[in-house]
Amino acid sequence: MTLLLEKPVRSAAPDQRPPYWTMRRRDTLAGWLMVAPQLAGIVAFVLVPLGLVVWYSVHEWNVLGGTFEFVGGDNYAALADDQRLGPVLKATGLFSVGLVVLNLSLALFLAVLLNQKLRGTVVFRTLFFSPVVVTLVAWTIVWGFLLQDNGGVNAFLDLFGIDGPNWLRSGGTAMISVIVVQLFKNVGLNMVLFLAALQGVPAELYEAAKIDGASAWARFRRVTVPLISPTILLTMILTIVGSLQVFAQIAVLTQGGPGTSTTVLVYYLYQQAFQFHHFGYGATLSLLLFVIVLVLTVVQWRMRRRWVFHEA
Amino acid sequence: MKLRSLTAAGLAAALLAVAGCGGDPDSGSGAASGPIDLRMTIWSANAKHLALFDQIAADYKKDHPEIGKITFEPIPFDSYSTTLTTQIGGGNVPDLAWIFESNAPDFVSSGALEPIDKDADLLPSTTTNWEKDGKLYAYPFSTSPLGVFVNTDLVKAAGRPSPAQQIAAGTWTWEEAAKTAAAVQAKGKGGLVVGDFDYKGWDTLNAIWAGWGARPWSEDGKSCQFDQPAMVDAMTFVHKLIFTDKGMPGPGVTKDFFAGESSMILTQISRAALLEKAKFKWDLVPLPKGPQGEYSVVGQAGIGVFKRGKHADAAKQFLAYFSNAENSAKLAQFFPPPRKSQLNTATLAKANPLLKPAQLDSVVVKGIENGTIKPSHTGYAEVQQTVRAALDPLWKPDADVKAVLSGVCSKINPLLAK
Repeated sequence: MTLLLEKPVRSAAPDQRPPYWTMRRRDTLAGWLMVAPQLAGIVAFVLVPLGLVVWYSVHEWNVLGGTFEFVGGDNYAALADDQRLGPVLKATGLFSVGLVVLNLSLALFLAVLLNQKLRGTVVFRTLFFSPVVVTLVAWTIVWGFLLQDNGGVNAFLDLFGIDGPNWLRSGGTAMISVIVVQLFKNVGLNMVLFLAALQGVPAELYEAAKIDGASAWARFRRVTVPLISPTILLTMILTIVGSLQVFAQIAVLTQGGPGTSTTVLVYYLYQQAFQFHHFGYGATLSLLLFVIVLVLTVVQWRMRRRWVFHEA
Repeated sequence: MKLRSLTAAGLAAALLAVAGCGGDPDSGSGAASGPIDLRMTIWSANAKHLALFDQIAADYKKDHPEIGKITFEPIPFDSYSTTLTTQIGGGNVPDLAWIFESNAPDFVSSGALEPIDKDADLLPSTTTNWEKDGKLYAYPFSTSPLGVFVNTDLVKAAGRPSPAQQIAAGTWTWEEAAKTAAAVQAKGKGGLVVGDFDYKGWDTLNAIWAGWGARPWSEDGKSCQFDQPAMVDAMTFVHKLIFTDKGMPGPGVTKDFFAGESSMILTQISRAALLEKAKFKWDLVPLPKGPQGEYSVVGQAGIGVFKRGKHADAAKQFLAYFSNAENSAKLAQFFPPPRKSQLNTATLAKANPLLKPAQLDSVVVKGIENGTIKPSHTGYAEVQQTVRAALDPLWKPDADVKAVLSGVCSKINPLLAK
C-alpha cells in the first residue's frame, strides 16, 4: 500500500482576524472619495496659491531677468514705508463703506417694494436682477460711455437744463461713479436674497403687531428687521468682501485716477505686481488684503450675537 | 500583482514623460523631438498685417522643414506689456515679441533678450534704443515718425487755409494749427486729436513738447525736467489749446478722426491704412513748427528673441529672415524700415499707395533722418503711471500749469534716481 502524501488541507476553522474592510472603513473610504474632488480643488486652487503668495512675499522676482531672490522681510518693511498706501487704503475704505451702505439700503428698499402683492412685480424683479447676469466688463464699458463728458448721463441731465460734471475725470465724482456702477451691477442679487427672507416672515406676526397697534414703520423695525437679520448679516459679509476685491470697474473706468483717487487696494497690488513687475511686493499687498478681509469677517461674525435674531 | 504591475507601468511612463519634457528640441535631437513651433507676440490684430506676416512665415518654412508652425499672437495694445510680462512670469515665454520703445531699457538691460546680428544697413539712429555694450538686442523693425493727418474738408468748411497751403506759405506753426483746430471745433466737430493720448498716455504729447525743445527727464534719465521753462511753455500751450482756445476735445470727450469727427490727428503713419475707405478728403503733413523750429518725433517698435524661449536659436534665424532686406521692403507698407537703402521715396511709395511721394518724403524720410525717439526709461511702467496720476490735476480749466508740473517732478524724482 502506497502512502499518498497529500497537501496539507487548510483548516476549515474560521479566521480569527477581523476582516479589514469593515463597514466603518468602507464608509470612511466612501466619504473621502466623495470629498476628494473638492478637496483636491481646494488644495490646488486655494491652499497652494496661498502658500505661494506667502513664499513670493519674501522674495523679489525679476520676471524679465528670470531671477528669484530671497529678501526676507524687505517687502514687509516696504509696506510699512509705502507713502502711497495711506491714500490707497482711504480710497478702499471709501469705496467699501459707500457701496455697502448704498447696496444694502437700496436692495432692502427694492425687496420691500417688490414684496407687495401688486401687478408687474415679476417684471421689476427681472429688471433689477438682470444686471447681475450681464458680463461685468461689458457692463462697465457701457457705463464708461454713458459717464463721458459728452455721454448719455450728461445728455439726460441736459434735458433738464443741468450741466453735468465730467464724472470720471473729477476727483469728487469719479469715486461716486465707480460705486454707482458697481451698485447697479449687484444690487439685484442682494435684493433677491432679501426678498426670499421677507417672504419667510410669518404673516401672523404682522397681524399680531397690527392688532397691538404697531405702525408700518414699527412693524418693519420690530418684526421685519429682526427676522431677516441673518440675511442682513450674510449680505453684509458678501458685499464687504466683494467691495474689497473690486478690480474690473476701476481698471476699465478710471485706471485708479484721477490722481490716485480711485486706486483701491486690489488695483494697487495689480499695478505693483503686473504693471511695475514688483511681484514680491504685490504678494505682500495681497496678504494685507487677506488679513483685512479676514479681520472684518471675523469681527462681523462675532458681533452677530448682538444683533442677529435666531428663532429658537 | 495586477496593482503592482499597473503602478510600475505608470511610474515608468511618468519618468519617460518627464525625461521627454526635459529634452531640448534645439539640442540636436532632430527628428526625434519633432518640428519646432515658433510664437511671436504682436500688438496688431490688423488682418492685412497678419496676412503679410503669415506669408513671410510660409516662405520661410519652405526652406526650413525643421520649422512646424509659426504663430503671430496678437495681444491688445492697451495691455500689451502687462500681458507679455505676465506670460513670461508664468513660464509661457514667447520665442519672439514686439517691444515698445518705452520698454526697451527694461528688456535690454534685464538680459531677457538674445543678442542678434547687426546689419550694416541699419540706420544708427534706429538702433540706439536697442543696444547695450556694443551688442544689438532687438531689430528696430518699425521706425514710424509722427505726422498730422488732416481732414481737409472740415478745415475748408471752417474757412481756414489747409495745412498744405500753410506749409507752402511757411506758416505751418503750432499757433496756426491751434487756430485751425479751434475754428473746426467751433463748428461742432473735434479740432486736434492726439492719438492714444486720451488724457492718460501723456508720453504721446512728446510730439508737441519736442517743438519747444522740452523733454520729460535729462538725457541720463536721472532728473526730472517737467518743471523746466521749455516744458512749462509747451504744456501751457496744450492747456490753452484745450480749455481756452477749445481746439482739442476735452477730457472724457471722444472724437474719432478716422470716422470724420475731427479735423486733425497727430499720430504715426501706420494709421494711414484706416483711411482706405475714408469718405472725406485727407492729407498727411509734418508736425507744425514749434518755437524751436522744425522737428520730428519717431515712435519705434523692436522685435526681440527671448533667451528663455524654447527655441532661441531657431527664433534668431527666423528673425534674421523676417527682417532681411527683401522682407523689410514688404513690411515697409505698414512699418517704415530702419534700413538706409530703403529709406527713400521710391521704396516707400511702392509699399504705401495711399500716400503721395511728397508726403512720404516730408513726413517719413526726413522724419526718420532727423527725428528724436519717444521717451523711455528703466522701470517705465511705474514712471509712466506716476506721471499720469500727477498730471491729472492739469486737465482742468483753472489748473496752475507750473505748480502741477513741479508736482510731477516731486513724484518721479525718487523713481528716476533709482
